Amino acid sequence: MIEWAVNILAVGGAFFVFVAGLGVLRMPDIYLRIHAATKASSLGIGLLLIALILMDPTAPVIVKSVLMIFFVFLTAPVAAHMIGRAAYLHHTQGWAGTKKDELKDKYAADHTKLDS
Amino acid sequence: MIWGPVAFLVFGLLGGAFLLALLRLLRGPTLSDRAIALDLLGVVMVALIGANMLLSEETLYLDVFVVFAIVVFFGTIALARYIEKRIQDDD
Repeated sequence: MIEWAVNILAVGGAFFVFVAGLGVLRMPDIYLRIHAATKASSLGIGLLLIALILMDPTAPVIVKSVLMIFFVFLTAPVAAHMIGRAAYLHHTQGWAGTKKDELKDKYAADHTKLDS
Repeated sequence: MIWGPVAFLVFGLLGGAFLLALLRLLRGPTLSDRAIALDLLGVVMVALIGANMLLSEETLYLDVFVVFAIVVFFGTIALARYIEKRIQDDD
């Protein structure tokens, strides 16, 4: 029973990491690529760590795995935000279907300070 | 504890993700695309360590997992800071 759960969670985690790779390759611009890469890959890592907890439910493994799940869910958005901010400050254009850019004209001329 | 065919599937999917991110790293029009591809490459490597622990039932590598995830995070942060600071040199 536990083995089934471990296998299903492992396949699910690997599948979501694969979806992240697919999104990074196939999405049309940098912002959508960040969106695909960050969320799908942190979910995949989380599923793999839950599979690890189910496989070996001893105290050190549980503590480290839960800590790593929190760490990944905390740091992946921070890294994605910083890369997206760097891309936006370089005036990287979105793809042709972009509907909304709420930060447009909000940055000062030297485009390092936000004057909202 | 994962079974043989499932292990093929898991490692195949992770290797596929690695190859797709590598293609984006080679192709990526801007430096930010390459940064996000590198970040994903690191995450795929962390996932490979996790899948290897599931296959070998050896949780000793959990410490490697922790350290590698932290190194990938700080590498991405440093690269993003560098890309941001490059603006002053551009104009």
